[in-house]
Amino acid sequence: MTHTTLTQAPAPAGDAGSPRPPRRRPGRALTWAQVCSALPGALRGLDPRALWRTPVLLVVEVGAAATTVLAVTDPDVFAWSVTLWLWATALFAALAESIAEARGRAQASSLRATQQQTTARKVLAPLDTIGAATGLGDLPTTDVPSGSLRVGDVVVVVAGETIPGDGDVVEGVASVDESAITGESAPVIRESGGDRCAVTGGTVLLSDRIVVRVTTPPGQSFVDRMIALVEGSERRRTPNEVALNLLLTSLTAVFVLAVATLQPFAVYSGSRQDVLVLVALLVCLIPTTIGALLSAIGIAGMDRLVQRNVLAVSGRAVEAAGDVDVLLLDKTGTITYGNRRASALLPVGRVREAELAAAARLASLADDTPEGRSVVDLVDARFGVPDVVDGGWHLEGGGLPQGSELVAFSAQTRMSGVDLPLHPHVDPLVDPRVGPDGTAPGPRRIRKGAASAVRRWVGSTGARVPQDVAAQLAAHVDAVSRAGGTPLVVAEQVGDAPARVLGVVHLKDVVKDGMRERFDELRAMGIRTVMVTGDNAVTAQAIADEAGVDDVLAEATPEDKLALIRREQEGGRLVAMAGDGTNDAPALAQSDVGVAMASGTSAAKEAGNMVDLDSDPTKLIEIVEIGKQLLITRGALTTFSVANDVAKYFAILPAMFSGLFPQLAVLNVMQLGSPRSAILSAVIFNALIILVLVPLALRGVRYRPSSASALLRRNLWVFGVGGLVAPFAGIKLIDLVVSLIPGL
Amino acid sequence: MSPTTLTILAAGGQLILLLALLGAAHAPLGAYMARVYSSSHHTRLERGWYRVVRVDPDAQQHWRSYLMSVLGFSLASVLALYGLGRLQDHLPWDLGFTGLDPAGAWNTAVSFTTNTNWQWYSGEAAAGHLLQMAGLAVQNFVSAAVGMSVAIALVRGFARSGTDARIGNFWADLTRSVVRVLLPISVVAALVLVANGVIQNLDPHTAVTTMTGGAQHVPGGPVASQEAIKELGTNGGGFFNANSAHPFENPNPVTNLLEIFLILLIPTALPRTFGILVGDRRQGWAILGAMTGLLLVAIALTTWAELAGPGAAPQAAGAATEGKETRFGLAASALFAVATTGTSTGAVNAMHDSFTAPGGGVVLFDMLLGEVAPGGVGAGLYGMLILAILAVFVAGLMVGRTPEYLGKKIGRGEMTIVALSVLTTPAIVLVGTAVAVSVEPGLAGVQEPGPHGLTEVLYAFASAGNNNGSAFAGLTSGTPFYNTMLGLAMLAGRFVPIALVLALAGRLASQRSVPASAGTLPTHQPLFVGLVATVALVVVGLTFVPVLSLGPVAESLS
Repeated sequence: MTHTTLTQAPAPAGDAGSPRPPRRRPGRALTWAQVCSALPGALRGLDPRALWRTPVLLVVEVGAAATTVLAVTDPDVFAWSVTLWLWATALFAALAESIAEARGRAQASSLRATQQQTTARKVLAPLDTIGAATGLGDLPTTDVPSGSLRVGDVVVVVAGETIPGDGDVVEGVASVDESAITGESAPVIRESGGDRCAVTGGTVLLSDRIVVRVTTPPGQSFVDRMIALVEGSERRRTPNEVALNLLLTSLTAVFVLAVATLQPFAVYSGSRQDVLVLVALLVCLIPTTIGALLSAIGIAGMDRLVQRNVLAVSGRAVEAAGDVDVLLLDKTGTITYGNRRASALLPVGRVREAELAAAARLASLADDTPEGRSVVDLVDARFGVPDVVDGGWHLEGGGLPQGSELVAFSAQTRMSGVDLPLHPHVDPLVDPRVGPDGTAPGPRRIRKGAASAVRRWVGSTGARVPQDVAAQLAAHVDAVSRAGGTPLVVAEQVGDAPARVLGVVHLKDVVKDGMRERFDELRAMGIRTVMVTGDNAVTAQAIADEAGVDDVLAEATPEDKLALIRREQEGGRLVAMAGDGTNDAPALAQSDVGVAMASGTSAAKEAGNMVDLDSDPTKLIEIVEIGKQLLITRGALTTFSVANDVAKYFAILPAMFSGLFPQLAVLNVMQLGSPRSAILSAVIFNALIILVLVPLALRGVRYRPSSASALLRRNLWVFGVGGLVAPFAGIKLIDLVVSLIPGL
Repeated sequence: MSPTTLTILAAGGQLILLLALLGAAHAPLGAYMARVYSSSHHTRLERGWYRVVRVDPDAQQHWRSYLMSVLGFSLASVLALYGLGRLQDHLPWDLGFTGLDPAGAWNTAVSFTTNTNWQWYSGEAAAGHLLQMAGLAVQNFVSAAVGMSVAIALVRGFARSGTDARIGNFWADLTRSVVRVLLPISVVAALVLVANGVIQNLDPHTAVTTMTGGAQHVPGGPVASQEAIKELGTNGGGFFNANSAHPFENPNPVTNLLEIFLILLIPTALPRTFGILVGDRRQGWAILGAMTGLLLVAIALTTWAELAGPGAAPQAAGAATEGKETRFGLAASALFAVATTGTSTGAVNAMHDSFTAPGGGVVLFDMLLGEVAPGGVGAGLYGMLILAILAVFVAGLMVGRTPEYLGKKIGRGEMTIVALSVLTTPAIVLVGTAVAVSVEPGLAGVQEPGPHGLTEVLYAFASAGNNNGSAFAGLTSGTPFYNTMLGLAMLAGRFVPIALVLALAGRLASQRSVPASAGTLPTHQPLFVGLVATVALVVVGLTFVPVLSLGPVAESLS
């Protein structure tokens, strides 16, 4: 048993179990400055070579070029107005993408700050000797630029230095400041071996000295890949984006056909149309709105992930997140707090609950484990922080008296506790353990621990536990175990008298607040949650029932996890999971959305397709929501764009043909000023709606978890019906202004 | 003039009776067809036939092989029909008619093979009994069976999971469609028609002197047998030029209702078959709901237009009765017209050219939608399923998942096929019409200038491109120009979509089905039904708005 004198203040260790408030990177509102800085990029985006992949926008630009020629050869106010607004349409489309990219770049530059060149101390040794994991740090080193490091190189990093690249710690243990990447200021421990060996390039070593084996070539680290993605330079279209683009292309083709064949019909009917007007009609009909915003929506989706400190290797993964059917969640740290917490006090014999509480509290005061603190929290919550002196062993404010000695937990004793000194001002009237003569029987020892260990300790003091108390104790211990908890037995000894058992503290896995509601939401979204735990089936089921997950994988080995993912995938379901250990790597690689924790091994990070810089497994749920929001935004704006066409027909067709067939004027339901103002208003509306919707495309359509039918109904109402109605009002308003243009 | 209460009641009563009959037949026939296409049993007759044509009816075909079988069979049909038409004067029962000219024979061969039954000729003045029986009537059966087979192949694509793109056996599907579905119903229907006065003989056309001393040709022929399959197979090619307006084809209101019933029978029962085969009858209800929704709206609009008779001529005459049979009246003509254009039938009991402008416009729009309300036998189902996929894709994203329909993800490959297939018919119709109104031989056929003439040409290409076959009458289409152009339109309008649908079926069959969850877009609720109908109206309809505004819309508003 190790005894530590408790004079120094306990170290302020962070509570790993408590949920962290979500941290967002600031500066998300769209500002004019952003728009202006995106303008040069937008002008570059007008290059027709860049538009081959988006036929919708190519048609707009070709149309604008054609009307320019017409306006030059036959200039008038109308021709130039239409031409101007057609170019504006093309520019706005390019601007939308450029703004999204600029925001991505801003995001990326904050990441890039971590990627500066540093000097690395590279270990000089023949490659074949570098296999050994000890003594590497003693080898001679040479300073090289970090950019020249290759996979397999070994470098030495000492306190105060920047880690030159992504790698695994092969020797040593140190605290690292990862705030440059995660924004989290508390340092983290990185050590060789085990699941906390990965270090990220650009982070700073705060203490000690470690030897790191580089695992990623420079320029291809996770952060590098993410920068490329948010900047748009390496953005590939996701499968759904490709399919949607195909639909838009075919709609464009249909309308090109409809407008191209309109001229023969017009000629037949005796009213040849201006090419200018036909181009205006075509540009209004093709789905320019969604065509212009499509890439911005995709970039913004990636951007939203980065705001939540998640790095994704591909846009595809973000999209897949929206499709996830099954979420595998580790019990510990995700569903429950990382540690067990005291939840009930079960006294035995004639011991009062308050008595057990006071003893358990004293024994836990100096115990800095989360379990220990949870006992103090429970007692204080139930009985209040005691400021009444309990038998003289209490100080004001509930602290431990001077000179108390902590008995630390050890694997041999499986107990911990505290030895309290004899208080100088013992009042025999207050404390029955003090003899009537005023002499105290001796110091007071309190122990808590596993039932068998405490029983053995009590026996060793010569005590005989009465039959009924022993039976009651056994019953309590059994009940707690069956409920999925851990029984902690508390006993005390005063002076040399035999020790006595006070009762049992029920330590249980506490499900995090709001988890049940979260799972209910997920169920409504059609996502099944599976809790994965190493606990036995009974314990696991008890916690699963409490948390409200749909399924449990108990006594899970990494192989079980992998098998479960394969089974679900064979049933056609998409699986998402979070993991950090090397043994999670196969499962992360197999899952459709694998989120690796930044604190995890590089093997895990390589296997997954996302990394959560906050190492918060609960983030999975947010990632799913971001994926869904991305798809919803695309669908909503597509619907809106197509629905807009109805009103545009009502504006343009009467304008084109009411000269020929005066009866068609009835279709001019908006009562637009003149045929020319009607056509121009439709073109202007078509251009402006792109700008109006840019913020929505960047922010994403509001998403609240609910069933598919509810979502469909709401979005159809807002974007379908809204898309039908909005342009009638918009075009009419624009027409009121446009009609005032002289010479139109 | 407004329609009297009595005519409205009569129109409503007739519609209710029709819906009741269709409703009664829906479930049993749908379930029966599901059994037919999934059974492993071959009748003795079928086995004999398979031996003759040397096919193994149990071999599952890859979609390419299925398509090759469809195309090969159809090519053989075209050639056989072309030969019969060209050589009919050398064959028995020619009734003294000469062989058809090359362009005419090509047009007729394509027309009947593609289930269009566009007729540039008058049956009683150009086609002998052998051509009618062995050529046209046979094609009435098999072209319908081809449509049903392709639809079933697509349904199998949805129902199967993770196969190697095998979607059934064309020869078995074709044979069963004819032997187990079309033939039995046709026999019964033909007997009912005969009992009501439809003729069935092999007599030549007889010249008689009437009581007033005038000379009249009384035609003869195996009409009832051909009439039944003409409606049941949504073919529409009349034995006589006047089609179902001819008293020997359609003598009285009972046969009229029976014929409308036969037209709609299989197209409205197939969604049931679909629902059963994909293991979720509600999906069948949804498809049927979208079909009937559009159908009922069209019936209501057309009936209103014909009864109210807007326009100068009907107002002056008191009713829009020109070109309609007084035996049936306005409402029955409107109902027949919507049934025949909502399906790919094209049989008529009144001249669509004589419909009021809005009435004719609705009938035309029915075809332009791709004939999905409820569509031709088979073709209607696969057309509507394509639209359902389109609806799922456009709106499905709004629930936050990659769009999926019946457990199949709609990705890039599926979308390519759907996009092409939605593009095909508008392209054929718009380009064909534009060419026709721009060149001299095309303009020569137009009877009336102005919006009505444009409608005539548009109607012809809509009818051919969608394999309907009904004519707007005003257009003189028996010219080499129109025979060739419309023949091409029919061919492309039939086989391009079939090829795409089979390719889609193959893709879907090889895809693994995804189980539905609460996060999946529900495709069986009224909301989705409305969505599909709206997508059909907006996406397909919007394409034709410009040309319609110059045709029927301009005419209606004048």
